[in-house]
Amino acid sequence: MDLQSSLQVVLPEIILAVAGVAMLMIAAFVGDKASRLVSIVGVSVLTAVAIITAFQMTGDTLGREAFGGQIRADAFAGFAKILAIVAAIVTLVVSPAFFERVAKMRAEFPILIVFAVLGMSIMVSARDLISFYVGLELNSLAAYVMASFLRDDDRSTEAGVKYFVLGGLASGILLFGMSLLYGFSGGTSYEAVRLAGMDGGSIGYVFGLTFVLVGLAFKISAVPFHMWTPDVYEGAPTPTTGFFATAPKVAAVAVLARITVEAFGSQLTAWQPIVITAALLSILWGALGAIGQTNIKRLLAYSSINNIGFLLIGLATGTLAGVSAMLVYLAIYVAMVAGSFVAVMMLKDADGMPVEDIDAIKGLSKTRPMIALALMMLMFSLAGIPPLFGFWGKFVVFQAAVQADLIILAAIGIAASVIGAYYYIKIVKLMYFDEPADVITGKSETSYGVVLAICALVISPLGYLLTIPLGDWADRAAAALTAFV
Amino acid sequence: MSSSILIIVFLPLLAAIVAGLGNRMLGNFVSKLVTTGALFVACALSWPIFLGFVGGTATSEVVPVLQWVQSGTMSFDWALRVDTLTAVMLVVITTVSALVHLYSWGYMDEDPDQPRFFAYLSLFTFAMLMLVTADNLVQMFFGWEGVGLASYLLIGFWFKKPSANAAAIKAFVVNRVGDLGFMLGIFGTFLVFGTLSIPEILEAAPGMAGSTVGFFGATVDTMDLLCILLFIGAMGKSAQLGLHTWLPDAMEGPTPVSALIHAATMVTAGVFMVCRLSPMFEAAPTALALVTFVGAATCIFAATVGTTQWDIKRVIAYSTCSQLGYMFFAAGVGAYGVAMFHLFTHAFFKALLFLGAGSVIHAMHHEQDMRYYGGLRKEIPFTFWAMMFGTLAITGVGVYHLHVGFAGFWSKDAVLEAAFGRGTELGQVAFFLGALAALLTSFYSWRLMFLTFWGKPRWAASEHISHAVHDGHDDSEDHNPPKQEDAGEDVTHSVPSPAYGAGTGGYHPHESGLTMLIPLGILSLGAIFAGQFFAGPFIDDAAFWGESIFYNENLVHALHAVPYWVKYTPLVVMLVGLFFAWLAYLKDTTIPATFVKQFRLLHAFLFNKWYFDEVYDKIFVKPAFWLGRKFWKIGDEGIIDRFGPNGAASAVMRGSGVARRVQSGSLNLYALVMLAGLVAAISWIISQGAN
Repeated sequence: MDLQSSLQVVLPEIILAVAGVAMLMIAAFVGDKASRLVSIVGVSVLTAVAIITAFQMTGDTLGREAFGGQIRADAFAGFAKILAIVAAIVTLVVSPAFFERVAKMRAEFPILIVFAVLGMSIMVSARDLISFYVGLELNSLAAYVMASFLRDDDRSTEAGVKYFVLGGLASGILLFGMSLLYGFSGGTSYEAVRLAGMDGGSIGYVFGLTFVLVGLAFKISAVPFHMWTPDVYEGAPTPTTGFFATAPKVAAVAVLARITVEAFGSQLTAWQPIVITAALLSILWGALGAIGQTNIKRLLAYSSINNIGFLLIGLATGTLAGVSAMLVYLAIYVAMVAGSFVAVMMLKDADGMPVEDIDAIKGLSKTRPMIALALMMLMFSLAGIPPLFGFWGKFVVFQAAVQADLIILAAIGIAASVIGAYYYIKIVKLMYFDEPADVITGKSETSYGVVLAICALVISPLGYLLTIPLGDWADRAAAALTAFV
Repeated sequence: MSSSILIIVFLPLLAAIVAGLGNRMLGNFVSKLVTTGALFVACALSWPIFLGFVGGTATSEVVPVLQWVQSGTMSFDWALRVDTLTAVMLVVITTVSALVHLYSWGYMDEDPDQPRFFAYLSLFTFAMLMLVTADNLVQMFFGWEGVGLASYLLIGFWFKKPSANAAAIKAFVVNRVGDLGFMLGIFGTFLVFGTLSIPEILEAAPGMAGSTVGFFGATVDTMDLLCILLFIGAMGKSAQLGLHTWLPDAMEGPTPVSALIHAATMVTAGVFMVCRLSPMFEAAPTALALVTFVGAATCIFAATVGTTQWDIKRVIAYSTCSQLGYMFFAAGVGAYGVAMFHLFTHAFFKALLFLGAGSVIHAMHHEQDMRYYGGLRKEIPFTFWAMMFGTLAITGVGVYHLHVGFAGFWSKDAVLEAAFGRGTELGQVAFFLGALAALLTSFYSWRLMFLTFWGKPRWAASEHISHAVHDGHDDSEDHNPPKQEDAGEDVTHSVPSPAYGAGTGGYHPHESGLTMLIPLGILSLGAIFAGQFFAGPFIDDAAFWGESIFYNENLVHALHAVPYWVKYTPLVVMLVGLFFAWLAYLKDTTIPATFVKQFRLLHAFLFNKWYFDEVYDKIFVKPAFWLGRKFWKIGDEGIIDRFGPNGAASAVMRGSGVARRVQSGSLNLYALVMLAGLVAAISWIISQGAN
């Protein structure tokens, strides 16, 4: 395992890093005029990286290790990376048009996204607490900037500051937990942590475990560590929000799964109750919070909290099937949320300014029938109503929970998804049964329509054609994790 | 034959689907053509089958369609059984249905919903055919429910009319009571015989006679129990005393429906069922006695009520009820062939009477009250003659020694003779009640004829007529738009002439169109000749019936050997009834009023249909509504809604309010919540560690 083979393993990350720096150079010398060019380069680079990752995945499920086991490009990492890259590409495709309208498009935005993806990529393939943390912070730092990207907009700035302060707090908690783990296990690799936990683990070890979980729970905005989410989602520019709700979520959920299984696999009894509690609280609180909202982005923020709850149900099972189900849910979730945010970005008033007020979509079916149709499908899918694809995600997760004898958890989850259905269907009701509010009159770009159409197609009943390949990939990815436990 | 029976049964279904789904897209003409054409094809294919059995060339067979249920020891298929009994029903159903389809072209001409009407008619026909071709009890039940559904839909066809809706619901609910009996009978039969196949049951039935079974703690005769349960089903469908209340109200439906469903076919399903299962009933003497008793009681009950009604369709409806009584007591005394014979002839003359009445109503611009008729003989002569043949048939005009008579003469005489010839006390009672009912039948039938076609016009007083005269349209009932009414073609009814006949109000009744008169003509032929032609095979020919029913040879001999006074009783009572009707409604028209004054209580009792509706309302309907309201207000709204959906919803709304308030935007609070969460998790870990 020499340096050369290690470099081969981290080829995607190297490409991302080099490309990021190169894009930065272009931006520095050409200025904001180059933002479209930089975006195009970014999309190309991400696409290339996705393809390379896909090739890496097709080989050995367990992949290969690099740098003495610090990084491993296995099927699990590949799954998460590709998903995150797809979400990032969607953001890159739709963001120029958004920022150009408010005359704030800058070349930095695509660069930040590329660096964020680099961070995520390291995060999900790391098998060592230190490299994981480096990836996490790279991702987070990019994210803080993206949140406050509209510098002269109060809400955007506020979002960035809040995210940064609370993110710092979370990082502190996470680091403290890591140091405890290092202290009680004598190593920073997941393997070392796992071996130290084999004998049951001392109380200090379990403290460390809890702190790390809390730090990660912040990243995935699980209740009660979700407080930043509604404010940041509402304040940040919509492309950023869409990005936050998809790519970093994918990475954080993947890391959480990787750490809980690979590092804390022997401590199921310790972390399972925490995950279950967070799952239930997220489902309930996300649903309750969403009901009273008048801002679409805020509503989607609560919706993402709610969805994290369902994802955590898959993880809470602590089984191969559960993790696989979670990954399936994650993939469908990305399609649904990306589609929803693109649809929201298509809502513009006569001046072309974005509209975020829920009342504005009244009667959308009459004024903009295609957007209304896509949004209706997305909402029904998010609510988990068959025959839309969102139902399948919920179904596999609940199936895994039932198989793992977590029947009460599944039952409460199903019952609470009824509450969620209320606000999703309320949007449909506003669009289809109310008199048009005649607010949304602005035109939107073709690129949005294309992305929205693709998302709608994926979550439409046609998506069920994907169930078998998606299930296979998810199974392989989950197998990569559990092979080490 | 196997392919023709498939066409007979499924072509009406196909037509119903085409017309029903095509609806307005196809338009009136196409849907009428499709359904009517289908029925005429079915009719044309049915007669050869029937005549084959009459000629003795056909044999019974079973045509499998597909496997239906296979569950444990229970297994049955969709299969179409064709034997003599089925063949009789086939010609009755397809003939009357085809003629009614044709008749409806004219009768429903102005209705905006014709495709729906014809689709229902064809759907009904399919269900009825399914019922009579059933090879097992479940398939029979399928048809049984299918005709119930079609009946419901057609009674309530004019759904904007509240009275029609009420009648439809009443028919459905009352039938459900009977259906419960039928279902229990089917369940019990399966328990006892272990099969649902009708031939297998009938084969095993004689062996089961005398066996007993525990039922609600009591030990009862198995076959009696099963047959009584099945008979309750028959009572519901055939409107026998106790479960008859829906039939008169069902006259709210369009008149062709009354003719097809509530006279000729569906209401006879009970009789058909008893005959189909006759070997079972033969093993159940108590059940047979009950059938005889209920039949005779219905026969006399309905006839008494019929004498006092003013609505022309209601008179005929009670007459139907009464005639069904004849069929049942014929079956009850064991003369199943005779019962089927009366069913057969009755189908023709009763359909004729109904369609004739429809033609009268059509001519009189929706007026159904006979008090506003009179003198119509000259105005609508063709309808008059058709009704005349129908009346001659139903009153049983014929002379035994001349061997001539109308259809009703042959069958009704046979019914009465069979009851007398049976020799049992109950048979005697049935005979005398039947003879009395025949007298009353003659009275109310001639009363109908005299009030409608003789005397002087009394049209002027009718609201419908005066509306017709003044506007040419009837829109007196605003809840019942004129287009949804029985409506005739748009002609001017008012003749601007000073030479108004007294009492006509200037109204000029018009004879119906050809599409309505042709069915009347064909059915008249049936009413005249059906008895003459088919009395032989139906009554005397054991080979004709084959295995399809229980054929009692001895009873047939006894039937022919009854004294002459028995054979002439029907003719005599018919003449007596005719005389009284003539006396009261032509000779001295003050007699009815005098009679009513003299026997106020008796008249009120009869006029109000023995107060059945009122009593049922008090005993069943009101308490059911009361109970329903309690369940609704206290059980559903008070408990389930309050603690269920509404409670959950308000809890969610409260929770949502809390969630919104907690999300204050304050960074300090956010950090605090995070740390609180962390502390909670740690505390939990410590508490676990301590254990």
